[in-house]
Amino acid sequence: MAYNDSSESLPTALKVLIAGGFGVGKTTFVSAVSEIQPLSTEELLTSASVRTDSLTGVENKSTTTVAMDFGRITLDPQHVLYLFGTPGQERFWFMWDELSNGALGAVVLADTRRLEDCFAAVDFFELRGIDFLVAVNEFDGAFHYEPDEVRAALGLKPHVPVVLCDARHSHSATSVLASLIQHLLAATTSYSA
Amino acid sequence: MTVPQDGPWLDDDAGRLVRPYTVSNGRTRPTVVLDLLSMVKATGRVPEAHLDPDHARALGLCYDPTSVAEVAAHLRLPVVVTKVLLADLADCGAVTTRTPGPAADPADRSVLETVLNGLQRLL
Repeated sequence: MAYNDSSESLPTALKVLIAGGFGVGKTTFVSAVSEIQPLSTEELLTSASVRTDSLTGVENKSTTTVAMDFGRITLDPQHVLYLFGTPGQERFWFMWDELSNGALGAVVLADTRRLEDCFAAVDFFELRGIDFLVAVNEFDGAFHYEPDEVRAALGLKPHVPVVLCDARHSHSATSVLASLIQHLLAATTSYSA
Repeated sequence: MTVPQDGPWLDDDAGRLVRPYTVSNGRTRPTVVLDLLSMVKATGRVPEAHLDPDHARALGLCYDPTSVAEVAAHLRLPVVVTKVLLADLADCGAVTTRTPGPAADPADRSVLETVLNGLQRLL
């Protein structure tokens, strides 16, 4: 029966996260590289553990909807790469385990005018052991910083690449993804060495 | 049977959000393990006409291999609800599914090389 092996013919889906602060250009980045118009999906997350400054002793269990945009790149007939732009304003995506589980790696987009906006994402990926690079999105009119200055400001470990990009341009954004994968390949080499 | 509380569902899409729980008899846990990036594909064995409108719409999105995330986005439903619909479709043989396995191991060099080659073709 042809049906029995039909699941074998389904492509493998891979995932890269595009993180960073609100308004840093994550959706622009995803749009630039995606072969489809970016789609949006949402998940409902329940949290009993989110610290709030609300009344002491009151159990604060909240449900929040986390929505995110994603795009797709078909790499070959058997491999599809999905790019998920994490919601910048929303701190709750950190609880969406399914989103980060199995991710190949992450791009942290940074705006040099508001570098502090990407601290949370950098911390999260370091904590989870998810390899990432920092891509400085060069906005028109933004003061130009050298990658090493950005590295120092973010307190990045020496092995974390810092690259410059223009998230509006497909070639530039695709190059960032290629740099990330090269970084991941280098990391697997050094682990096994 | 636990019925999901209405509270979290009351947003702009509330009317749309509740119905799938009705058609799935209140189940929130799919019987087939599906991930955000599980791939699904219609088998062609179950005609859409045999299904209720929600399942039929979901099935209609699966004639080419697609991911749970994409089906959810097109249905404008939360991922968790979409998984229930797709698991039903898998149970009745309407779709086959493939959940990302160890192939998605970030340390798998051959996977990374495939990704890199694919990206470099685009450059």
